[in-house]
Amino acid sequence: MKRQLPLALVFLFGVFMIFQYFVPHEKSEYVYEFLLDWIYIIGIFALALGIWSLFRVSVERIKLRKEGATYSYVALIGLYLMIAFGFTAATGDGGALSTSYYIWLLLGVVCLALVMRARAETASGRKKLLALGTLVFLVGFVLMSIFDDSWAYHFYTAEGLSNPMFRIFFDYVMMPILATMFALLAFFIASAAYRAFRARNLLATLLLLAALLVMCRFNPYLPGIDFIAKASNWLMNVPNLAAQRAIVMGVGLGMVATALKVILGIERGYMGK
Amino acid sequence: MKYLLSAVIVLGLLAGAVWAQESDQPSTAAADTAVSADTVSVAPPAPVGNLRAYDSDNDHGHAVTLEWELSPDDGGGDNSVLMYEVFRWYPYFWDTVQEVRAELVTARQRRVQGTLDVEGDPDDYVKELVSRHTELLSTLPEAHEQYPDDGEFRLVRAVPAGTEKFEDRGPKDRLAEDFLPDYCDFYYRVDAVTIDESVRTPSQIVGPVQSYGQWFNTGRIVVLCFVLVFGLLTILFVQRARSGAELYVRPIAGIEAVDDAIGRATEMGRPILYVLGLGTAADVATIASFTILSRVAKQVAEYQTQLIVPTYDPIVMSVAQEVVKSAYLDAGRPDDYSQDIVYFVTQSQFAYVAAVNGVMLRERPATNVYMGMFHAESLLLAETGAIAGSIQISGTDQMAQLPFFIVACDYTLIGEELYAASAYLGREPVLLGSLKAQDVAKAAVVLFALIGVIVTTAGSSVFQNLFKVTD
Repeated sequence: MKRQLPLALVFLFGVFMIFQYFVPHEKSEYVYEFLLDWIYIIGIFALALGIWSLFRVSVERIKLRKEGATYSYVALIGLYLMIAFGFTAATGDGGALSTSYYIWLLLGVVCLALVMRARAETASGRKKLLALGTLVFLVGFVLMSIFDDSWAYHFYTAEGLSNPMFRIFFDYVMMPILATMFALLAFFIASAAYRAFRARNLLATLLLLAALLVMCRFNPYLPGIDFIAKASNWLMNVPNLAAQRAIVMGVGLGMVATALKVILGIERGYMGK
Repeated sequence: MKYLLSAVIVLGLLAGAVWAQESDQPSTAAADTAVSADTVSVAPPAPVGNLRAYDSDNDHGHAVTLEWELSPDDGGGDNSVLMYEVFRWYPYFWDTVQEVRAELVTARQRRVQGTLDVEGDPDDYVKELVSRHTELLSTLPEAHEQYPDDGEFRLVRAVPAGTEKFEDRGPKDRLAEDFLPDYCDFYYRVDAVTIDESVRTPSQIVGPVQSYGQWFNTGRIVVLCFVLVFGLLTILFVQRARSGAELYVRPIAGIEAVDDAIGRATEMGRPILYVLGLGTAADVATIASFTILSRVAKQVAEYQTQLIVPTYDPIVMSVAQEVVKSAYLDAGRPDDYSQDIVYFVTQSQFAYVAAVNGVMLRERPATNVYMGMFHAESLLLAETGAIAGSIQISGTDQMAQLPFFIVACDYTLIGEELYAASAYLGREPVLLGSLKAQDVAKAAVVLFALIGVIVTTAGSSVFQNLFKVTD
């Protein structure tokens, strides 16, 4: 039953999805959209599992004092701060956050750091001391959550997104870091291009010449640019496109075959079989 | 030399970018052109001819298509037609429906914001509005039957001169302002309008016409035929394989290298990093990757090597955990399995790259396997892996990322090879049978392409039209 039920569900919904493609009626679209909504619902629960996984792996790294365990502190505190910012907002006009709000945040950070430290600690006495410290800060954290009226939780609305700290962390911390990672691509392309275009044999030399020709197409000051443009266009539109189409056709057929195999229960890799 | 050349290329790129930016400055010499509207005296144009209205084909309803012949004064005659205005007859009852709709939309928004101030339970108020709106919509067909009484023609859209077809399409969302209900008798008129908007000639009125959804999209018959034929071929070859027929599958270097790479990691006592890409569990590439992961995890469990699987999508994480767990169980080493083998990192693309690159540089895995759907992160991952000195095997169906993987990895599964990997690794006759079906389908595609080239070169489009797919 444990094996048969998933297979039956996959078959049922797989066949429906095939027929849905050919049935444009509103009722068919309604069922389709209803099923797609389930992806979001499952995704939300899976996200909770994901965050739990991240939390557990980070704690484990700190506990075992693995190389780079410091990054786990950063990851966990970052996770806590963004969740806290996202679900809270100031109650007064203008949305300015009070000092007590920052104290509350700090108490949370200290609590989290102490828990992590206690997990990593092996000596029993110190562990107890850290646990006691955690308890003291936790009590302060909870009391402030209840009695501080200068800010409020917003679990059902998106008001937390208007929290200025959320925007500051997102715009001035996260975005520049992500942009930096993306910018590295330019340098990696340069080093990868060097490896790819080394003229080691006939085929690699041909690749180098073709690449040079295509790159020169974008330089309008080169002599004979008309010929270069025509030649590079021919390279891009004839041999290159032909090869791409062959791959696309193969991918298309492969996708259909894999989908059929999954629907018919021939391919069960996703079930661990 | 390598570093010098890299630096020169980068500097060249930067210099080119700066130059391009400077040359891209907007011209200050561009003068504003002021168009003065002169009053022109024009004669009324001839009306459009042969106006027809019918339900749009192959859709979910809520759409009516209008076709007409151009006014003789559009592109000829006095050449005075500037545009056409399409009018639809609305019953006055429609205004009542719209008032309730607007009230409902506002109430719902305020309910979410918590600012809905009504007597009694706000939810009951919203529910009451919903039922009232639904009731009004259900009586719309009757209101349309009152034509031409209790209603008027209203502008739907203006289209430029030279247009002979217009689709009056509304959203299917009943709360949308321009919702177009099904099964109502609609009446249309098209006005030929001159530069002086008061000078216009209406067409004859066309109607009644109703919109409704279809139960089969006839524009996709070719796809249906293909799916059926391909499905039958797959079943046929699977049956052949089951009956013991020998099926040859060409060797794929990238897949054969997987075993060696796991062996290498075991000998070196270093882990294997398996990256499932950025795809969701619904992507075919990710599904294929699960199968390869299953095989890799089984071998890893047998050799007692360490496996690291950082994931981007939490659903993929859950499935991958199950796959790896089953593989350890099959290998007879369930105790070696830990939930931390497969873990979630983040759903931010470049944060994921940063995390995986960190693992590569800290843990120094002997082998990196990238299988699934990749985007801009492919080269960032593969180059870092190359710097870390790992053997790298990749596979993706993303055309744009294939060159990056080919350059930076030792072995690359190109496109469909990724899907074939499960059959190749398992060597199960049933899976090999499906591969053969793909080969036959590919041969058919090549044959059709050749016939198409010959027939089209001969000047006929009959063969091309046979394969036309419309939405």
